[in-house]
Amino acid sequence: MTGPAATPGTNAGSAAEAPVMLEVEHLVVEFRSGKERVQAVSDISFEVRTGETLGLVGESGCGKTTTGRALVQVQPATSGSVRFQGQDLGRLSKRELRKTRTRIQMIFQDPISSLNPRRRIRDIVAEPLAIWGTGSAEERAAQVRSMLESVGIDPDTAGDRRPQEFSGGQCQRISIARALMAKPSMLICDEPVSALDVSVQAQILNLLADLKAAFGLTMVFIAHDLAVVKNVSDRVAVMYLGKLVELADSDDLYRSPAHPYTEALMASIPEPDPEHVSTHEPLTGELPSPLNPPSGCRFRTRCPYVQDRCASEEPPLREVSPGHQVACHFPLRQLSPVPERPAATTV
Amino acid sequence: MPDDRELRSTGSGQTLPTDTFPGQAAVDEMVVMRQEPAPETDEALARRPLGLLFWLALGWVGLVVLLAVIANLLPLPNPNLQNYAAINVGPSLHHLLGTDDLGRDLLSRIIYGARVSLVVGFGAVGIGMAIGGTLGLISGFRGGKLDIVLNAASFVILAFPAIVAVIAIVAFWGQTLAKITIIIGVATIPVLFRVVRASSLAYANRDFVVAARTLGATSTRIVFKEILPNVIPVAVAFGLIAVAGVIVLEGSLAFLGLSVALPTPSWGNIISEGTSNGNLSTNPYILMWPALAMFLLLLSINLIGDRLRQRFDVREGLL
Amino acid sequence: MIRPTAGRGNAGTLHFPDVSDLADPLLEVEDLVTSFRTTRGTVHAVDRVSLTVNRGQTLGVVGESGSGKTVLSRSIMGLLPARDVLRSGTVRFAGHDLTAMEPAQLRQVWGAQLSMIFQDPMTALNPVVRIGRQITESLRLHLKMDRKEATATAIELLRSVGIPSPEQRIRSYPFQLSGGMRQRVMIAIALACAPRLVLADEPTTGLDVTVQAQILDLLAAMQQERHMAVILVTHDLGVVAKRADDIAVMYAGRIVERAPTRTLFAHTRMPYTRALMDSIPRLSDPSGTRLRAIGGRPPDLIHPPTGCRFSPRCPYVQDKCREADPPLRTAGSPDHLFACWFPLVDGVPSGPSGSGQPVTLTTNGAPNNAVEAPAS
Repeated sequence: MTGPAATPGTNAGSAAEAPVMLEVEHLVVEFRSGKERVQAVSDISFEVRTGETLGLVGESGCGKTTTGRALVQVQPATSGSVRFQGQDLGRLSKRELRKTRTRIQMIFQDPISSLNPRRRIRDIVAEPLAIWGTGSAEERAAQVRSMLESVGIDPDTAGDRRPQEFSGGQCQRISIARALMAKPSMLICDEPVSALDVSVQAQILNLLADLKAAFGLTMVFIAHDLAVVKNVSDRVAVMYLGKLVELADSDDLYRSPAHPYTEALMASIPEPDPEHVSTHEPLTGELPSPLNPPSGCRFRTRCPYVQDRCASEEPPLREVSPGHQVACHFPLRQLSPVPERPAATTV
Repeated sequence: MPDDRELRSTGSGQTLPTDTFPGQAAVDEMVVMRQEPAPETDEALARRPLGLLFWLALGWVGLVVLLAVIANLLPLPNPNLQNYAAINVGPSLHHLLGTDDLGRDLLSRIIYGARVSLVVGFGAVGIGMAIGGTLGLISGFRGGKLDIVLNAASFVILAFPAIVAVIAIVAFWGQTLAKITIIIGVATIPVLFRVVRASSLAYANRDFVVAARTLGATSTRIVFKEILPNVIPVAVAFGLIAVAGVIVLEGSLAFLGLSVALPTPSWGNIISEGTSNGNLSTNPYILMWPALAMFLLLLSINLIGDRLRQRFDVREGLL
Repeated sequence: MIRPTAGRGNAGTLHFPDVSDLADPLLEVEDLVTSFRTTRGTVHAVDRVSLTVNRGQTLGVVGESGSGKTVLSRSIMGLLPARDVLRSGTVRFAGHDLTAMEPAQLRQVWGAQLSMIFQDPMTALNPVVRIGRQITESLRLHLKMDRKEATATAIELLRSVGIPSPEQRIRSYPFQLSGGMRQRVMIAIALACAPRLVLADEPTTGLDVTVQAQILDLLAAMQQERHMAVILVTHDLGVVAKRADDIAVMYAGRIVERAPTRTLFAHTRMPYTRALMDSIPRLSDPSGTRLRAIGGRPPDLIHPPTGCRFSPRCPYVQDKCREADPPLRTAGSPDHLFACWFPLVDGVPSGPSGSGQPVTLTTNGAPNNAVEAPAS
């Protein structure tokens, strides 16, 4: 597998020149149940540049949530490293880690489980300040007010209430407010909108875009819906059964997916257009058990273009064009250096 | 970063300034918040009144506790004062609940006897909760080897028939109020451990705990700020039911003559006296009053515990 | 019109004509009202809803959480709590009025004629009963099959919904299956007795998009094969765009727009429908395209706003919208109904003939004093 360190500066797009904020190298996360070992994440490497949004997309069970948790060391890595602004998070002492990881915050899928049902909204949002004893009570209250306002929650009516009194979308806003109170440089959003109605989903996605600009955040956005991921991300990494199968600029990925799995993911998106004709075949079958992953290419059991070689040899991640990496023996896109850079993406 | 959000195209091909419609999400949400305070239907359900019965039960428990506490200040005869001039008197102005076969005032004996029931009931559960509850809280949160060991230990202890062990120890160690409270308290540890552990475990993996961790909260802070407030309601509700159970246990011990030594009154030994020496036929009041007091107290405590549990379960159901 | 053959209180056998003989729509809902009495007041969850479903066709019912779409589907089925519910209006299914039926008669209809697929198969399936028995139960009850025949049919059903090795799977418990597989089992149960109408209430919410596509394709294939009608309830217009013949958009307990699918998308009249479409991120849009989100939330159904119920959130709101309740009316084709005083024409709101003037977007009343810039 080609680590990002091996291909420095080849990323296309506007964020290419920005310094690397987070570097993941050969990350492996194993779960043990009894004598069996399950690799939820098997040797993935990628980097996130300052100011960009990296999308992480895949089906349930592909290891995307585990990856997100490993980035903040909530889930310890079995091997490999996660370097945040040059510091290997796995090598920090407990004390240093406690301080350092406040700079990386998480937003979770279940808006209700992310908030303590017994605490008041103002205490929940003030928690990052309370933990570190930042500011006086009045200063904290003022900060909580302005943060709640910036996520669109009215501090006067909401502050004294408890999470049950809010809708899913509102809980998600409160969660975001809490995370931002820690003044993070990076926000990891783990399926932040998949439990919400499309109408609320749009509100939250817009809010995240606004806050990203206002606070200068770098984001990792994890979701199963490629349309959502593509909408918010500068680059998209596609995961399948613990492996990274494709990594590209999001518009580039949409225009010319190189991995059959990415193509299938696109075909599954329900486009709100009765005239829309999908050009790709939707995916059939289920994700194989990670206990016993297929040999060679892990996608071969569901791949419409499978060949003999796919079973015997694992495809490495390699570039099909600058900044566009794919792990497939027979990529849908020709392996040739594209002369001109792909169109620059806009945020 | 480049920003192309100034102008965007609508589906129909005409251009409009972005913030007149799409950018309003945050503000509009606030407007809606102000209009309606958004109590969800489920929340209304959780907040439904506890009911008249609950308050009656709470009133009865409160009355018993109050009387037991201020017993010394009440114009009551000494509960052990034997008045042979007034043996087996029925309820009267002098003796509101009558007297027993030794001429002792039954009301006074029952009020003083309540002290034993209450001290043993709440004291033992207090001890059990302090030890078992604390261990359960930590065990459920920490998990790992500690949890495996404590969990196994609780199973082993639960496998012993508690009442037999308690009887044996009481007979061996002595029959003072403190000792009985401690013995029964220790016996409740494994049960309370299991209840608190289960509840703690359920919250330990919630996302808000992960969030607290990423915010830099220490384990101690997480236990006290995030887990404990969620466990307390469950512990209180179950603890009350345990109190009722312990009061029955103490009553049974007293009935067998294994609780506090005579002549100190306890509800159990008054009931016991009411059934011996032919009192059952000559003076059924001796049996009836303490039995009624105990019945009402247990009913009330169970009802309070159950209503509290129900209320918290409803809120649990939302999660 | 055929009335139930059995009198009230008597669960006689109901006669259902063969669908092919039926000239009338399979399902006709007229002025259906469902409200719940709560401690806070009466919740008007479904308010004078009328709709029709023809045999073999798919109706999409679309709305946000709190729009009353789930209550509508349960109300059609007659699956409502016994207490504190008020229901009026009629639900005519193959000539029978379901609202007039006794529970015993309804039980003959449920499963056999009319069945339901729920959002959460984990709670809809009985966790301690093997999936095989959950399917054979209704086969034996409604189709009077013997055990052997029912088991064979169940295996065939599981095979037809794409469950691998159904002979073994029939002995599984629900928790042993993945979310997608459980939803397939739910579909198998719903289809077991070859119902004429299936109500699918958010059947794919909570599933991955890949599994969602599989489940929706499966439902469509089964529908074709068995000539069933389907009511597909969802919050996502994308889900029904290519799968429904007609779409009814619900807001605050009412239908606010109803049209054949292509008409609805091509000539959207109601700003709410437009807003629902615009809030869906599209793959074809460049990355970073701002979504046109609808602000706010659906109104409290205990005290719905006066006038048009969407007016507090509508970007094109006028005074008239806040004062008077717009009726459902037609425009263009007779099968396109909408409730709006200033319906969109080519995406632009316009005054209807004689009232109001064309609205320009710069005066659309949306406040511009956003609290967008966080004070950091």
